[in-house]
Amino acid sequence: MTNITKHTLENGLTVFLKEVHAAPIISWWVVYRVGSRNEPTGKTGVSHWVEHMMFKGTPKYPGGMLDRAIDRIGGRWNAFTSLDYTMYHETLPAEHIDLALESEADRMTNAIFDLAETESERTVIISERQGSENSPMFWLREEMNAVAFRVHGYHHHVLGDLADLQTITRDDLYGHYRQHYVPTNAFVIGVGAFDTPDMLAKVKTIYGAIPIAPAPKHFVRAEPEPQGERRVIVNRPGHTAFLRVSFRTPSATEPDWFKVDMLDSILTGPGGGIDNKTSRLYQALVKTEITAGVSGGLSETIDPYLYSITMTVRDGHTIEEAEAAFNVAIQNVIDNGVTEAELNRAKKQAKASFAYEMESVSNQAYWIAQSAILGEDDWYERYLARIEAVTTQDIQEAAARYLIPERRITGWLVPTGLDG
Amino acid sequence: MAKTLQYSVPNEENIVRVVLDNGITVLVYENFSAQSVVLAGSFDAGSVWDIPEKSGLAALVANSLIRGTETRDFDTLHRTMEDLAADLNFGASKHNTSFSGKALAEDFGMLADLLADTLRHPVFPADHVERLRGEWLTGLRYRQQDSGWLASRAFRQMLYPVEHPYHHSSQGTLDSIPQLSLDDMRAFHSRHYGPKDMKIVVVGALKATDAVQILREHLGDWINVDQPESSDLPELTTLGEPKRGNIVVQGKKQTNLMLGAVGPSRYEPEFRAASLANSILGQFGMMGRIGDVVREREGLAYYAGSQITGGQGPGAWSINAGVDPTHVERAIDLCLGEVRRITSEPVSDDDIADNKSYFIGRLPLQLENNEGIAASLLTIETYQLGLNYLLSYRDIIQAITKDELLHAAQKYLNADAMVISVAGPGEHG
Repeated sequence: MTNITKHTLENGLTVFLKEVHAAPIISWWVVYRVGSRNEPTGKTGVSHWVEHMMFKGTPKYPGGMLDRAIDRIGGRWNAFTSLDYTMYHETLPAEHIDLALESEADRMTNAIFDLAETESERTVIISERQGSENSPMFWLREEMNAVAFRVHGYHHHVLGDLADLQTITRDDLYGHYRQHYVPTNAFVIGVGAFDTPDMLAKVKTIYGAIPIAPAPKHFVRAEPEPQGERRVIVNRPGHTAFLRVSFRTPSATEPDWFKVDMLDSILTGPGGGIDNKTSRLYQALVKTEITAGVSGGLSETIDPYLYSITMTVRDGHTIEEAEAAFNVAIQNVIDNGVTEAELNRAKKQAKASFAYEMESVSNQAYWIAQSAILGEDDWYERYLARIEAVTTQDIQEAAARYLIPERRITGWLVPTGLDG
Repeated sequence: MAKTLQYSVPNEENIVRVVLDNGITVLVYENFSAQSVVLAGSFDAGSVWDIPEKSGLAALVANSLIRGTETRDFDTLHRTMEDLAADLNFGASKHNTSFSGKALAEDFGMLADLLADTLRHPVFPADHVERLRGEWLTGLRYRQQDSGWLASRAFRQMLYPVEHPYHHSSQGTLDSIPQLSLDDMRAFHSRHYGPKDMKIVVVGALKATDAVQILREHLGDWINVDQPESSDLPELTTLGEPKRGNIVVQGKKQTNLMLGAVGPSRYEPEFRAASLANSILGQFGMMGRIGDVVREREGLAYYAGSQITGGQGPGAWSINAGVDPTHVERAIDLCLGEVRRITSEPVSDDDIADNKSYFIGRLPLQLENNEGIAASLLTIETYQLGLNYLLSYRDIIQAITKDELLHAAQKYLNADAMVISVAGPGEHG
């Protein structure tokens, strides 16, 4: 890995450090290899709820103390739970980095999980879910994932099912924490204005003191191959119809993932703040005024997940029209492939997005973390080389392999109006 | 041995500021730490110029610029941009039309060319404007069931009288957008687009002299003698009693709550003290005092905090929360209690020290990337803060006193005369 050093402490903790001296700040990330993917039915949402509880304090840093301490020095901190991981991060003025190092090491083992605070947080967590439920598209996405994955943990939302949020106990949360928040199940990443030997010495002192604990056994169940198209209809109050189509796609470490990534860029645009008006589906759906917008997304996941495309049906048009036009555009790629010009544009956009990401130490740290979660430390560094190797023939073959009815989940959000 | 490196914030020594002959002010800050360059700017063509029945005109014009020019049609514009992986966006807010762009540094010349072409020579092609109008109306209809948006709209309409431009949405309405003709759009462009008071900031991996030269080549000869002088906003009277609006939205699980009053513009002497008071009220340490009582102590909401939105005019000073419908009245009481506290008691020594430290300390993070630097420089130029503003920022913040905070809070907030807007499933009664 270029300019990144990797170390493993005696307790099993993996440390990645990258010096970047563009600004006097450091971004510090602590990543646990556990997410909603690892949650059994009955405990859905436990990873995310534990993430919330990690902000409730330790004996050394009682609740709210770190919020104030980090704001006081002008830093920012947050955390997020995803399908595959739970990440915590602080980005601070470089001279204050010890606060992040010490507080994250402390809460790896000393979080309190007070019973009363667990109950108070239950309403906050349910409130977060209710906020998401205010969006009609949340219901459609959640239903589609549930249909796409019958067995695998990707079937439920990171926020968890309401039934589980009402019944998960303090002991469930604490048990999850004790099992998964151990050095052997964690990575720490520092990117920014530090001297690597100095930083490593600090990390060894602070994190090396954390006791060795057995690596957790992760709950994972493999999803069987789909045997045909699955369809979902969700009715919600509102005026606007949406069509969402997902295809079962490979994990981010498979060579085919990079082909689908380039295919997505050609179909729906590159994302990351770059426009998509030359993309295939904009031309087929928005320019023809059937939909008001189209966007696509392919996640970097450990296990095979979904490539999803969302279309907002334009007033005066129907979901059926959108679906028909969408299917024609997809079949066209399968039958006729894409042009060299389209692929070259997608590659150039990927390179530019990469350069834009590199402006921020926080983003650089995130991508090191994401790579480590995938089990390929140089995943992000090799990303550009791997997409550079993709050919137009690869794209057509990937379309024919993945964008087919047998791997498709089609979702309709049918609005029921607002007046009755 | 530890490396000793010197970092400097943008200041008069390393910012190049040039005023072109036609009045456009260009600020450039070189940053070679990444290969990219960003561009940001604004000029006086905001929605304050819209008449109520044609609200949304400034925004529709801004968003139509990139739909076709005299020499480039829609496809050519977007192919040129997307082939370079560049991006260029326009939008209109209350007081300005703003633009932002991003490209690899090697493509800055083309980005500047596209900026100048779309600003100066848009043709507003009828078919593309109609497509955009349809997308816009679809978006507006979608928002009719967005409780957060509905609460915010009702809040704004209760806060500002109908004759004030802030009463009306910059994005227009389902009634106004269909009324906007191509003639309206072309007339707005002819009258309000030009170099007067235009500011352009460039930050990234290119030499300042090159950036200035490129912008001069593309925009230096632009003249528009029709651009009007800015007009004053109507005076606002202080609210004497509370105003409340409740909106029932079907199918919602959470209630969006907004409370507040008219706050200071950035030009008001109390602006910084009010900002610091707001930080204590609803930002610092996971959303300040509001977050502490509403979320942390009582667990009533996923989010709860406050903000000051004043810029060139008197934006709102507001508290927002997303709460369970059964907890709305309790959340309102708690928020009003904190407003009473911030307007009646001096903040503690710790509170003001912590929040000053927060304001000063966050500066390096705000300057983490090119976009953050560009946003800071545009603010400096817009509000005439001086090129050494970031160097003197610490002293400016440190000079604010507890009395000034109390005075600022009392001037703008009154717990007994707040606008309260509630939108949700209706269990709040």
